[in-house]
Formats: sequence, C-alpha cells, structure tokens
Amino acid sequence: MFRLIALPLGIGIALAAHAETPTDLVARYAQQAASSQPGFSASAERGRSFFVRKWNVTDKMPDCASCHTERPDRAGSHVITAKPIKPLAPAANPERFSKLAKVEKWFRRNCTEVVGRECSAAEKADLIEFLVATGGA
Amino acid sequence: MMKVKAILICSALLASGSLLADGPRMPREIDKTWIEECGSCHLAYPPSLLTADNWRRMMGGLDRHFGSNASLDAASAAKITAFLERNASTRGQRNASSTLRITDTPWFVREHDEVSPAAWRDPNVKSAANCAACHRGADRGDYDDDDIVIPVTRR
Ligand code: HEC
Ligand code: HEC
Ligand code: HEC
Repeated sequence: MFRLIALPLGIGIALAAHAETPTDLVARYAQQAASSQPGFSASAERGRSFFVRKWNVTDKMPDCASCHTERPDRAGSHVITAKPIKPLAPAANPERFSKLAKVEKWFRRNCTEVVGRECSAAEKADLIEFLVATGGA
Repeated sequence: MMKVKAILICSALLASGSLLADGPRMPREIDKTWIEECGSCHLAYPPSLLTADNWRRMMGGLDRHFGSNASLDAASAAKITAFLERNASTRGQRNASSTLRITDTPWFVREHDEVSPAAWRDPNVKSAANCAACHRGADRGDYDDDDIVIPVTRR
C-alpha cells in the first residue's frame, strides 16, 4: 500500500529535480573534458571560433550559423525548411541549456551533420561558455 | 500574376464553402512528445496527410530523414509512432507516397494543381513542404482557403 503511493511521488521528485542551468552544464562538460585534458577550463573565445567555423562537411549546412546565424542572441531560421529558430543565447532565450537530455540530443544531431562527428565534452563546454557570455539582443 | 489573382479571387468565393472541405484537421488528441519532436525543424504536419504504413516507414529511418538526422530515443519514437498510426489517413492511396513525402501524394498534387511553378520556386517558399509560407494558419493546423497568400517576389 505504502509502496504504491511512494513510487509515483519519488518519480515526481526525480523529474522536478531535472532542471539544469547553463553554468551547471559548462561545469559538467568541463569536468568530463578534464579527465582526458588535465587542467581543462572552458573558454568563450574557443567556443566562438567553433561556432563560426566553416566545416564544409555538407553543402547546405557548412556551419552552425547556417541555421542559428552568426549572432546567437538573434533568432535564426532552418536552412532547408525555413522554420524560425529561437536564439541560442540564454540571455535572449531563458529556455536554452536547461535540460540535459535536450541539449545532448541536439548536439548529437547537429554535430554529426555539420562537423561530421560527435562533439567532444571540451567543445560543448567551450560553446556553452561562449553562448552564456553573449548578451541579450 | 493574373493567375495568382484569379486563384485568390476564386479562393475567396470558395471560402464560404470551406466547412465542407475534406482538408486536414489536427487530431483532437494532441501528443506533446509529437509536437515537440516533430515540430522542431518544421511545423508538425497533420497525421491525417499520410497513411499509417507511410508513417511507420518514416519512423523506422529517422537517422536518415530527408537528408537530416532526426534520430530519437526508442521510447519517444514508439510513443510518436503509435500516435501517428491512430490518427493517420483513412483514405488509402490518395494519401500515400513511395517517397514518404506529403507533397508527393495524389491528394496534395491535386489540391495544388493551380499553383504556378514560379510560386513553388519563390525564395520565400523554398520548398513545397513549407506550408506556412502560403497557409498562414498552418502552425495551428488551419489550411482553410480563406487564409492563403502566395508570396511572389518581384524582381
Ligand atoms: C540545419 C539547421 C541547424 C544547424 C546547421 C545547426 N542547428 Fe542547432 N538547432 C537546430 C534546431 C531546429 C534546433 C531545435 C529547435 C529549437 O530548440 O529552437 C537546434 C537546437 C540546438 C541546441 C539546443 C539548445 C537548447 O538547450 O535548447 C544546441 C545546443 C544546438 N542547436 C547547437 C548547434 C551547434 C553547435 C551547431 C553547429 C555544430 C548547430 N546547432 C547547427 C537547427 C540547426
Ligand atoms: C532534425 C530536423 C528534423 C526533425 C527533428 C524532424 N524532421 Fe521531418 N523533415 C526535416 C527536413 C529537413 C525535411 C525536408 C523538408 C523539405 O524538403 O522541405 C523533412 C521532411 C518531413 C516530411 C515530408 C514533407 C514533404 O511532404 O515534403 C514529413 C512528413 C516529416 N518531415 C515528418 C516528420 C516527423 C513525423 C518527425 C518526428 C518524428 C520529423 N519530421 C522530425 C527535418 C526534420
Ligand atoms: C506556394 C504556396 C503553397 C504551399 C507552399 C502550400 N500550399 Fe496548400 N494551397 C495553396 C493554394 C494556392 C491552394 C488552393 C486554394 C484553392 O484552390 O482554393 C492550396 C490548397 C490547400 C488545401 C485545401 C484547402 C481547402 O480549404 O480546400 C490544403 C488542405 C492545403 N493546401 C494544405 C497544404 C499543406 C499541408 C502544405 C504543406 C505540406 C501546403 N498546402 C503547401 C498554396 C500552397
């Protein structure tokens, strides 16, 4: 009887505790990166170069800016479907980098498409550090 | 240009009869996972515009989805597949296409046979799958013919 009540409650708490902040995520990825690169610390400048770099792996999506524009504090638009995309910078869009599962899903999709491979923990830490440092519009 | 005007006038005349149109209606049941996952890169296309078999095949190959990587975790994919199957077209081959594109189904081609080739190629449209470029209520699932604009860029 008690188990029946306790179980859904426990799930509820686990879900509620699931929200992250962009800074939590930088720390999390930086810690992962440090295991292979001792002393690693996230850099907004490296994050910026990553974000604007032309990888040219595919014709339609040579870089992150193809959909997100070079100004992460502004709205972008999907290069194939033309659907508007809200800004990536948390200052301009507070929903960004608040759910680890969502962040991981889009890194996986967008990195394999644009960069041609998964992004490393170090690249993710740098990129979020850069986006956090980018002010609102 | 004349043709576009004619279509607009014609659709205004037809608007009063739009209650009878057998156009897509969003299902009464809206699945949150579906809206989030299938409405992130483009609008969430009405499930009634493809057959259950077409949806199943599409859901089986999301890692190579019309040239994009739309792969999903297994639990969300199963939930979305069930939702699409429940709300798929009941009109058979009219809503089926071997390319799995709504825009290649006989139904779509027939509804749009008056749209000029120039309108499809317009930079504001980009792709026939960009329903919202012409149907301004598309994000609400509203394709009624009294709310259509055809962007024709003047050069
Ligand atoms: C083909 C278009 C496209 C390209 C190219 C692209 N993205 Fe995205 N990105 C999207 C879409 C669509 C979303 C999800 C819609 C939304 O959340 O607004 C998204 C979401 C994200 C998110 C989720 C953030 C969050 O918490 O909401 C991250 C991170 C991201 N992209 C990073 C990148 C990076 C890094 C690159 C370059 C390697 C890149 N994207 C290239 C289309 C693109
Ligand atoms: C990562 C981005 C992305 C995600 C996520 C995504 N799609 Fe797509 N989808 C595309 C692209 C790109 C196209 C091609 C659009 C074009 O040609 O204009 C497309 C095309 C389509 C088409 C064909 C449109 C036509 O008639 O030409 C359908 C139907 C479709 N998607 C359904 C879905 C469903 C269902 C889901 C959820 C499981 C989904 N999509 C998730 C990117 C995505
Ligand atoms: C280039 C502009 C354009 C695009 C893009 C477009 N349509 Fe249309 N659509 C039209 C025009 C014009 C008509 C014809 C209106 C008429 O004949 O009264 C129409 C008719 C329709 C109708 C019938 C409306 C009615 O009330 O009878 C539906 C439903 C429809 N479109 C759905 C779609 C969907 C779904 C998409 C995307 C997959 C789409 N359309 C993309 C221009 C467009």
